[in-house]
Amino acid sequence: MPFRCRRQGVIHLLVFSIPLPLAALLNGCARAVTTSAPGTAQISAERPQYASTYQRRTSAPVLIRNATLLTAAGPEQQHASILFADGKIVATGADVAAPPDATVVDGTGKFVTPGIIDTHSHMGVYAAPGSPAESDGNEGTNPVTAQVWAEHSFWPQDPQIPLAVAGGITVIQALPGSANLIGGRSATLRLVPARTVQEMKFPGAPYGLKMACGENPKRVYGQRLNGPSTRMGNMAGYRAAFIEAERYRAKWDRWLKTHSGDPPERDLKLETLAEVLRGHILPHIHCYRADEMAQMIDLSREFGFKIRSFHHAVEAYKIADLLAREGIAASVWDDWWGFKMEALDGIPENAALLERAGARPIMHSDDPGVIQRLNQEAAKAMYAGRRIGIEIKPEQAIRWITANSAWALGIDSTTGTLERGKSADVVVWSGDPFSVYSRAEKVYNDGWLVFDRADTTRQWKTDFNLGTGAPGVGR
Amino acid sequence: MARARRLSAAGLTLGLLAVSSSAAAQTVAITGATIYPVSGPKLEHGTIVIVDGKITAVGTKVSVPSGATQIDATGRWITPGFVQTGTTLGIKLLESGGLLQTAEDSLVGDVNAAFNVSEGIDPASLTIPVARSEGITATLAVPSYGLIRGQGVWFDLSGDKLEDLLVKSPVVMVADLSETGKGAGGGSRAGSLQKIRRALRDALEYSRRKEDFRRGQMQPLSESAEDLEALEPVVKGQLPVLALANRRSDIENALRLAQEFKLRLVIWGGAEAWQMASDLAAARLPVVVEPLTNVPTFDALSPRLDNAALLRAAGVTTVLAQHDMAHFRDLRQAAGNAVRNGLSWDDALRGVTLAPAEVFGVQDRYGSLEPGKMANLVVWSGDPFEFSSAAEHIFIRGRDVAPVSRQTQLRDRYRELPPRF
Repeated sequence: MPFRCRRQGVIHLLVFSIPLPLAALLNGCARAVTTSAPGTAQISAERPQYASTYQRRTSAPVLIRNATLLTAAGPEQQHASILFADGKIVATGADVAAPPDATVVDGTGKFVTPGIIDTHSHMGVYAAPGSPAESDGNEGTNPVTAQVWAEHSFWPQDPQIPLAVAGGITVIQALPGSANLIGGRSATLRLVPARTVQEMKFPGAPYGLKMACGENPKRVYGQRLNGPSTRMGNMAGYRAAFIEAERYRAKWDRWLKTHSGDPPERDLKLETLAEVLRGHILPHIHCYRADEMAQMIDLSREFGFKIRSFHHAVEAYKIADLLAREGIAASVWDDWWGFKMEALDGIPENAALLERAGARPIMHSDDPGVIQRLNQEAAKAMYAGRRIGIEIKPEQAIRWITANSAWALGIDSTTGTLERGKSADVVVWSGDPFSVYSRAEKVYNDGWLVFDRADTTRQWKTDFNLGTGAPGVGR
Repeated sequence: MARARRLSAAGLTLGLLAVSSSAAAQTVAITGATIYPVSGPKLEHGTIVIVDGKITAVGTKVSVPSGATQIDATGRWITPGFVQTGTTLGIKLLESGGLLQTAEDSLVGDVNAAFNVSEGIDPASLTIPVARSEGITATLAVPSYGLIRGQGVWFDLSGDKLEDLLVKSPVVMVADLSETGKGAGGGSRAGSLQKIRRALRDALEYSRRKEDFRRGQMQPLSESAEDLEALEPVVKGQLPVLALANRRSDIENALRLAQEFKLRLVIWGGAEAWQMASDLAAARLPVVVEPLTNVPTFDALSPRLDNAALLRAAGVTTVLAQHDMAHFRDLRQAAGNAVRNGLSWDDALRGVTLAPAEVFGVQDRYGSLEPGKMANLVVWSGDPFEFSSAAEHIFIRGRDVAPVSRQTQLRDRYRELPPRF
């Protein structure tokens, strides 16, 4: 296993020329290649641990011809073709010849987009059918649980997964819940049929860290002895954790430099936070209110880390200028609001106002239903913007569920757009993906046709679906 | 038709008596639109005339009354206002965070037949303008917890006080035969049914022997006189039971119960109703469907997105709803998705307009664009189910309600940054 993993890491580094800082972010799999020094003791960050065992399926080249392409990397292309082979996009454009062994798909009247990426999913960690036995998303035993990893809760047979695939989703970030100030590591996963989570782990994807602001942590811990029970208590909690992490990081960095004496004791919680401070793990912060996002930016300044994205961010529009300036993405819903106090100020124009300000809006789901229709979320948000005179084009709005999401997860050099050399993560839609009537017809994940609405043998059911009378997905 | 005219004349008289100062503004003619009356085929380049809150004319050869406020709706679509069935719109705002001061939708206890949510309606609720801006002009608001949860009421989403907006109360008695009702039933579905049967039997008994009850010449009954009184129209088949049931066996239990007690039954949820569509059609039982429900739960392991389409194909009267707090505004998206998954466009429109009006007994005044009906209608920029369309004019009881909400005010405040406070 480690060998294949190593080889994959090399392939990715060579083919996509991932820049060095990103190479440093790579998970266990590729890190074994890039940073391990044989003969020296290794800290966990250097171990080839919990590696991805993902393997791309081989399939014949596919040419989709005469379709409308929304590449997420440029203007809409009409009557265009896309060719992919060996899991990579080979060409897009008006004149693309099919190799003799290619499967040719007639795209007349159809739209083709990159596979949709959801930056915020609890599939697998809060699997269906919801039950206490499958409630594995919140390690609600302490407000700071940076030591837990979502992948260790993830159930690959969650029947929600094929439903999301039928909605065009190819990649998710599976996150711990928001009960805790610091909830734990996320996992970036390819939505492919698999027996183990390792087989789904996106090779080379950096880990994310889930943090949460506001009401949830203080509600969950407010009645307990040590809290936090207030927003200022939340803030003190993050700060205490990062103060510890700074000390831990300094101790380890000293030892890594000198290798003198025994290495310091490992602490899983602080190891993850130290990796955040080193910039190797990307912080994603559940935060609704504008003023709290600004507080979190202050926190990141105090400890010198960079927030990658805010999630939910229903008030992001109030600080669109700040988020643009800081280069922080915002994963939002279109119109969720009012279900709790911190969600009271949600407005459908959020994403459009962010786009206009030069920030990086993303539509996320946080929901097993909404994940099946992220294209519709983007549509609602696009038209809400247009109605107030912000001319969002489909070629921009498609980025809200593809390219921008890939950036937030640190996998944008591999997926998120239909460009030569990128993974063949491709969705064929029955029509305009921003129409309520369109459906994903074919979904290719790294070149593998994981969903075909016209072919019931290409409609994966999880083990759980068997014998439950559940119909095929995508109905 | 004759009846409609009479209604209309009565409305006119009342209107003149009540507010003579703005009488001129009370005649409105909307011209040039494609009209979907639901009760009949669509009309191209049609005109609708509204007088004092009621529709007085709909057609392609209708002349504009003199003095009418005219709205040119050329290229626009007009439908009846949408109805959101089974919500807590107007009776609840926040779901989590323990803010009980924003919730009026539940009582302590398992059997609350006498509980009627109408006096919990806040006409100033922040939820109302948001729902309205999506073309929802009326709702059936229901109580939320318990076994026999209480009475749902139908009200219009505009008005300053209860009397201005209440349309019919009660409309339904809500009962929970699903997973969520089990606790109130003692922990088992069979227990839920046992408790419901006991209450219904006692309601019958009470209804037959009120005098004995008053004199104390009866064994004690399971529920209070007030609750049994409230169940009387239910056991007499006058007030329908809105039965929350998703699992096929729960729907079958509801059917059995309805036959046993001769209840008028409406299935609510019905996630697995598609499995018994022909039985439901034969029993003439309507179903309120949530078209976006397809994630398996132990309440219903095989929900599917084409539920509404399969039910309609079998001839079941199908109402479409999207009730939960974060998504109630998305009724038109839900209806559009029902179409995406096989329901005809006309049936989807009917499912959010005339079907609920018929199922809940207000079709004499609501649900379609016909003379004599309440002028609850929406002028859309295009297909109401499409994201590219928006509600441009929302008429409720003949008043053109501006699509302004707290959300539009927030939007306008933060349109340019920094905001000018």
